Amino acid sequence: MGGSPGAACRAVTERDLLIAARRRSDVLTTFFFFVIVVSLFPLGVGPQPDTLRQIAPGVVWVAALLAAMLSLARMFGADYADGTLEQLVLTPQPLTLLVLAKILAHWLTTGLPLVLIAPLLGLQFDLPGNALATLLWSLLIGTPALSLIGAVGAALTLGVRGGGALTALLVLPLYVPVLVFGAGAVTASATGMGAAGHLSLLAAMSLAALVFAPWAAAMALRISLE
Amino acid sequence: MLQARQIECTRGNRRLFQDLSFRLEAKQALRVGGENGSGKTSLLRMVAGLSPVEAGEILWNEARIAALGEDYRRDLLFLGHANGLKDDLTAVENLRHALALAGTEAGAAELRAALAEQGLGAVADLPVRLLSQGQKRRVALVRLGFAADKPLWILDEPFSALDAASIGRIEKVVVSHLQRGGMALFTTHQEVELAGAQVRSVELGVA
Repeated sequence: MGGSPGAACRAVTERDLLIAARRRSDVLTTFFFFVIVVSLFPLGVGPQPDTLRQIAPGVVWVAALLAAMLSLARMFGADYADGTLEQLVLTPQPLTLLVLAKILAHWLTTGLPLVLIAPLLGLQFDLPGNALATLLWSLLIGTPALSLIGAVGAALTLGVRGGGALTALLVLPLYVPVLVFGAGAVTASATGMGAAGHLSLLAAMSLAALVFAPWAAAMALRISLE
Repeated sequence: MLQARQIECTRGNRRLFQDLSFRLEAKQALRVGGENGSGKTSLLRMVAGLSPVEAGEILWNEARIAALGEDYRRDLLFLGHANGLKDDLTAVENLRHALALAGTEAGAAELRAALAEQGLGAVADLPVRLLSQGQKRRVALVRLGFAADKPLWILDEPFSALDAASIGRIEKVVVSHLQRGGMALFTTHQEVELAGAQVRSVELGVA
């Protein structure tokens, strides 16, 4: 009786992935937003390989930040509107874990596709091979932090009018450290220095977010349902 | 046993109710009446633990519900205004996930049988988006049939948008829950008959 937290978390992730599979347009919007924003820069800046190589890390990472932002409204918005969120809060399981399961689903549908396509986009900026690999690693390590921190912002602005813009104001400043070390890792690797230090700090941020963000988001969800 | 002691609820500057006390014991149902905006939903959400109790206390088996936390939620089934269904999933998928969250494992065949029992066999595998308002409500209510292990049912307007035959079926489910020793706290604007059950009522909004 009561079920296990593991089974409940699996049910939450499975449901969100199933919904994402049914509503592919939502997932594809974020994905193509990222692809197009990144691709606009070589067109706008012009074909000077040196300039492009220099701006590439920042451009890709800023585009990833904005793409993650774009998808935050969906994380809890629909659940709030259709009543599944109050059922989630009322389950006999720790809400923190269930929120973590939702964040995992969010990362799998929005973060992971960006990670996988990024090296291909990096080619447009004439990034060398080792920098492309670092780009992939930095996004793989850093994008979970974007979903985790974003969840707190999305939960805090739930049910607030004009919540989208407010989420951006809340979350983007918190994304700054991730941006600095994510782009820094790629720059370091492109200029021949080691990226290990940057990547370690990025991993530390993701781990810290993993500990605090689900808990903070769960608290915010309870408050927004009152 | 559920007990409310002198609870009160304010929304903005308006006091919806105050000094409200009631007891709900096994095999009893409590119907909350009152006009629109008199605080019925607020009361139910407070008892479910979704809203904080501003004054007074709500006790479940002599312990405050906020202190019980997960132990209280394990004994509770709440059906709010919103059905808690995902438009893009089918009725069977919705129920399977909702029950898995509540800690009840149910196979697809079992769920189809339960849906057919409520007259929803033909729409069991359609996305819920395509269902009518009443059908959606009935899908949500199928959860009641799998909630035998939850003693306290809190139902906010369970009969809204339902036809007479469906109301009769749900009444039977609630009555058998009460006969098993369960409790029900509900609001409704319809005339319902819970035959053979002990139903008391409390009116809100007379202040």
